[in-house]
Amino acid sequence: MLIKTRTDLTEADVTDHALYLRRREFMTGAIGASAFAAGVAGCAPEGGEANAAASSAKPQAPLKAARSRFSTTETPNEKADITGYTNFYEFGLDKGDAARKSHTLKPRPWTVVVDGEVAKPARFGIEDILKTYPLEERIYRLRCVEAWSMVVPWVGFPLASLVAKVQPTSRAKYVAFETLVDPVQMPGQRSSVLEWPYREGLRLDEATNPLTLLAVGLYGETLPNQNGAPIRLVVPWKYGFKSIKSIVRISFTATQPRTSWSMSAPREYGFFANVNPAVDHPRWSQATERRIGEFRRRPTLPFNGYGEQVASLYRGMDLARFY
Amino acid sequence: MTVTADTGKPGLGRRAQILISHWAVGLALAAPLAWLVTGLFLNTLGPNPIETLTRGLGEWGLRYLLLGLAITPLANLLRRPGWVRYRRTIGLFAFGAIFLHLMSWIGLDHFFAWGSLWQEIVKRPFITIGMAGFVALIPLALTSTNGMIRRLGPKRWKTLHRLTYVVAIAGVVHFFLLVKADKTEPLIYAGATLALLAWRAQRWLADRHPA
Repeated sequence: MLIKTRTDLTEADVTDHALYLRRREFMTGAIGASAFAAGVAGCAPEGGEANAAASSAKPQAPLKAARSRFSTTETPNEKADITGYTNFYEFGLDKGDAARKSHTLKPRPWTVVVDGEVAKPARFGIEDILKTYPLEERIYRLRCVEAWSMVVPWVGFPLASLVAKVQPTSRAKYVAFETLVDPVQMPGQRSSVLEWPYREGLRLDEATNPLTLLAVGLYGETLPNQNGAPIRLVVPWKYGFKSIKSIVRISFTATQPRTSWSMSAPREYGFFANVNPAVDHPRWSQATERRIGEFRRRPTLPFNGYGEQVASLYRGMDLARFY
Repeated sequence: MTVTADTGKPGLGRRAQILISHWAVGLALAAPLAWLVTGLFLNTLGPNPIETLTRGLGEWGLRYLLLGLAITPLANLLRRPGWVRYRRTIGLFAFGAIFLHLMSWIGLDHFFAWGSLWQEIVKRPFITIGMAGFVALIPLALTSTNGMIRRLGPKRWKTLHRLTYVVAIAGVVHFFLLVKADKTEPLIYAGATLALLAWRAQRWLADRHPA
């Protein structure tokens, strides 16, 4: 059988992946002009959107992921928004910076060191991690402390699985995380807007909660650089700054670890950072949020709507004091 | 088409030239604001268009305020007294940008939720200060017409319009307090405002104590 190949098609003719995933909506005309423009080769939309489309259109390896009962039924945000609108100061202060500038990050090879109060400290290569842990798709709400939010279809595995493997000792009460420090790969680290490395931490019971995710992918593919490649944390009931990106170290500690935003502005950002409409940020209300893509604000939910799974962790705790 | 006096050749008269350059200034000032507002409908403001619009209008409003304050020192230093005629246009565009910034915050960001808007105005110092700055702008906009200048007389009008200094300071403080971590940009505006006010201060002092 002769299979003729067309010689007039180039990679530029390939439909933008984000558009391909929503092709049925496109056929019904539900996708607006700008999304269409992003999908048609040569008709790039303005500025940041074009670059976000370019970065998110960069082919990422597909990941096999099982469905999860912890996923929300809400519609995920568009991939162009998820990958084009990120706070990742390691690449700049503008929310479009990471999409434009994170190509300098090399997520392979990558090692995650696990140390501290554990019986089995280890150095995991990212390839080992991907082979060891069965992956799930977790569609989670992510609520930024700045009062905007998105729904993100992560791919990852529960942090609890890794915790079980390294066997924390009885002295381990907290888990601390660190991001890579490398001003060559992450040019934003030449600025001292934050004290590098970016640091975050969880109480041990927060870390082993079934919702807490180590994410390695997004929309069925490996994580784009701007979203914290190759591995990041997702803690959906806390403000987004707790979901530390591009992790190189996980340490188990006896005392509460320092966290970057709490170091930067302790009156404004605390260790727990649970999403709470009743506790204002000193400079703005947390009662409502802007869901990206929506026109009207929506009410913010306690624990970002994950109270059923996590409220018991904080029984009796004064959440206004421990913000 | 008028004939120029010195050469007798055809050309634009001075009045026509001034009119054209005034329009050019107006269009240049309107352009960034128009770009932002139309961007809302053309979906070119990124994933969070309301935030981008509100912030952009505020930034341009502050820039125009400082541009207006810069006219007198620049006209003086570069010996271009004619530039003062553009100050009113600049000031009115500053007012317009800041008015739209406020409308975007009230109508788009919070969709006229008056209760929570009032809460924010009283609870958040940076918003209280910003609002005070806007309120101080209103009498300046209202007294910008030739008629009002005549009615108030040069001395009273000049005293009233010194409120511009208050508005500029309020704008800079509003910006400084709202930025999350990196204070670089607000500090640049603060430095510019300080320089512009310092120039006026030294001139006022020099006038009172002529050498």
